[in-house]
Amino acid sequence: MSAGLATAAPPKPRSALGRFFSAENRYLSPLFITLILLVGNLSFGLLESFSRTLLAIGTALVLEIVLGRWFWGKIPNLASGYITGISVGILLRSPEYWPYALCSAIAITSKYAIRVHGRHIWNPSNFSICAMLLLAPEFVAALSIQWGNTVWPMVVIWVLGAFIVYRVQRFHITATYVASFVVLALLRTLITGHPFLAEVAPITGPMYQLFIFFMITDPKTTVGPKWAQSLVAGLVAVAELILRLAHVVNAPFFALTIVGPAAMLVEMRGAPWQTKTRR
Amino acid sequence: MQRNTFRQISLIVFLAAQLAFPVVYKRMEARTKAATAGDPSTALARYGFRFQESAKAAGIDFMHTSATFDPKLQHIMPQVASMGAAVSIVDFDRDGWPDIYVTNSGEGSHNALYRNLGDGTFRDVATEVGLADVNQPGTGVSTGAVWGDYDNDGYEDVLIYKWGKPELFHNDGGKHFTRVTELAGLPKWVNANTAVWLDYDHDGKLDLFLGGYYPEDVDLWHLKNTKMMPESFEYAQNGGRKYLFHNIGGGRFEEVSERLGIGSRRWALAAVAADLRGTGYPDLFVANDYGVSEVYFNEGGKRFREAGKETGIGAAPKSGMNAAVGDVLNQGRFGIYVSNISEEGVLVQGNNLWMPRAGASGANIRYDNLATAMGVDLGGWSFGAQFGDLNNDGFLDLYAVNGNVSLDRNRSYWYDYSKVAGGNQAIISDAANWPPLDGRSLSGYQQKRVWINDGAGQFKEVAQFVGVTDVYDGRSIALADFENRGVLDAVVANERGPLLLYRNTVSPDNRWIEFEMEGRESNRSAIGAQVRVTWNGQQQVQEVSGGSGFCAQNQRRLHFGLGKASAVDRVEIRWPSGKTQTLAAPELNRIHKVVEPS
Repeated sequence: MSAGLATAAPPKPRSALGRFFSAENRYLSPLFITLILLVGNLSFGLLESFSRTLLAIGTALVLEIVLGRWFWGKIPNLASGYITGISVGILLRSPEYWPYALCSAIAITSKYAIRVHGRHIWNPSNFSICAMLLLAPEFVAALSIQWGNTVWPMVVIWVLGAFIVYRVQRFHITATYVASFVVLALLRTLITGHPFLAEVAPITGPMYQLFIFFMITDPKTTVGPKWAQSLVAGLVAVAELILRLAHVVNAPFFALTIVGPAAMLVEMRGAPWQTKTRR
Repeated sequence: MQRNTFRQISLIVFLAAQLAFPVVYKRMEARTKAATAGDPSTALARYGFRFQESAKAAGIDFMHTSATFDPKLQHIMPQVASMGAAVSIVDFDRDGWPDIYVTNSGEGSHNALYRNLGDGTFRDVATEVGLADVNQPGTGVSTGAVWGDYDNDGYEDVLIYKWGKPELFHNDGGKHFTRVTELAGLPKWVNANTAVWLDYDHDGKLDLFLGGYYPEDVDLWHLKNTKMMPESFEYAQNGGRKYLFHNIGGGRFEEVSERLGIGSRRWALAAVAADLRGTGYPDLFVANDYGVSEVYFNEGGKRFREAGKETGIGAAPKSGMNAAVGDVLNQGRFGIYVSNISEEGVLVQGNNLWMPRAGASGANIRYDNLATAMGVDLGGWSFGAQFGDLNNDGFLDLYAVNGNVSLDRNRSYWYDYSKVAGGNQAIISDAANWPPLDGRSLSGYQQKRVWINDGAGQFKEVAQFVGVTDVYDGRSIALADFENRGVLDAVVANERGPLLLYRNTVSPDNRWIEFEMEGRESNRSAIGAQVRVTWNGQQQVQEVSGGSGFCAQNQRRLHFGLGKASAVDRVEIRWPSGKTQTLAAPELNRIHKVVEPS
């Protein structure tokens, strides 16, 4: 059955709430991540400081405007740049100011500079955080702390995050990655002999929550069909397994940096799931 | 098409420039450092001082041993038993020469009291005076000691705090020490890592703050279970309780912490008491591991009020391990230095230098962390740090020690540590979930930091160039003028390592002045007395301290470097009793004994 049949009933108009929690709402993710930022910092002092995060956001937005205008001839929708800036502001940790500005700048510039067949292939904040971790480890680290000392903030973020990625039709990516992580944590336990809870511990932290809800699900840097997206999410978890066995501390970021673009390039070269090129 | 290609290429060049920035920045920093570095042979001319490690030559041959806890912790033993090396300075026999007390932490190991013989050498007299054999199995092991004359008899008594039973020893005329723990009413067991003497109510008798780390119902040698670790790496509040012992005379103390507003269960690692707001009463600053620091404002000696959040100090939780105060900018106000953890690419907390905000004072005091701006933020896995004018140029410098667990140089525990450290409460709080250390290092073999203060808001790191080259796991550092020659030497206690004595040689061109204070109406140790020296249009304030840094206590005598000054304009003293005293133009380059006027 297709939507074009004359006998089909007209689609039911969606409520305002339904439209708000839909894939078409480009501001849903920015709102959610802002909520995380505010709650996280006001409740737990999650950030190094508000000023550093604002610097990251400001840099991202200014560069998005300047480069978008120069590259496309118009100012692009700033939701994506905002998410990039706020992700950098939360995920990067440094007592210095300049890494926040530089990381945001690298993220936005990479989006315009590294394009294949008109598409950028790296999630911008993922690419830039990896670049900073590799090039300036003396000055930066990735977010590694908890949401307070109870389980409840984590549960709230997981439930709310899962609901939102479900509404924007990205839940399968998150679910596949999380399931893969847990199964592979079990495998790591068998290989290393370390407690299972130690192996599964990282995914209980805020860094992973941002990673699975915002980074790995980025529509612009994921492949076409759902099954392929899930496959790639699983492959990211496998790459992370390998990196973790090599004791790479920021394994998920590097895993996505390796697998994400590789999957995109395979798709562009004529993978079975190939779809129309997106900008 | 051509235009798009041009744009693309331009953007790639722009991106490449951004990616190159950290590399260029680091090279420029390294080049600047190399250009101004020199070596120990030129340090005296370049920086005005140099250190030479001389413990053995001075007769000091002390090696710290760590504790061995319950076998349930065997897999992470070097990490959980990574503290206990501590050093404090005291002139216990009142012969005018500062002595050194150093703690040991192996079960049955002996602490040492190095008596200064006045000729540049020391002799361990701990056994003779009864302060050596204090780590007997079943009583816990030492983590530090602080000295204060709690009964005002003129001789400094000592509290030895432990993972275990805290012990108070009375100094019997500088000849022997008598254990008075029960009379004092100290608790049976406290897993303490910090203590300071202070007279919080100005009654002329020294009171005592004792800060718990592990909860007091945890016996690290006989664990009921392994759920004794912090519930969070940054928000833990399941640590040991805090004690404030009010000195009620007759060698007895009453515990008043809850009544006076100190009820925290954060994991205290360091504390310092000082009048931060100019009220005349000592405030209390506590640096906590696994969380934010706390500052307790003293409200007229009647109550303490925790003001971490309102002052800015209580934001951004880190791993506080040091608390030292110093008038960093010669503005008559104390900055507070807190050490934390920085490990490349894994955890870059940066140390904190809390500086009072301009224009904010008294009840409205606010602090900003200026460690990065002033260049004292990155110190590795930092522990003890102390302010002191190392080159007598008139500005307080900063000496910080670091290094957590140095085992296999080539294998790091950081990956496994970071896995669990980021985990939820249910995971991190159970030691059974922690992967085995397996002989690996955790921020080991680190180079120490000696930052010299240019007086204009910038510090420069010169440790390697002034002769501080050791890479032991530094814990506790104390500064003292061991030879009464107007220079600050440094003594460093290392975990599972030797006690180091860095003898300082300072350019003779720079002048100095020192004050040996003795209270009368105030406590005899003069702890809390403030001295403000004014010279050449600048001033510096220092306060006699009952313990600062990490498990450390500097000499009680106050040392001021004066640069090229030919005279000081005046010296103002404010005693804890509230009395003030002015010394007009005291002679330079000498130690002044000052007794509180009646």
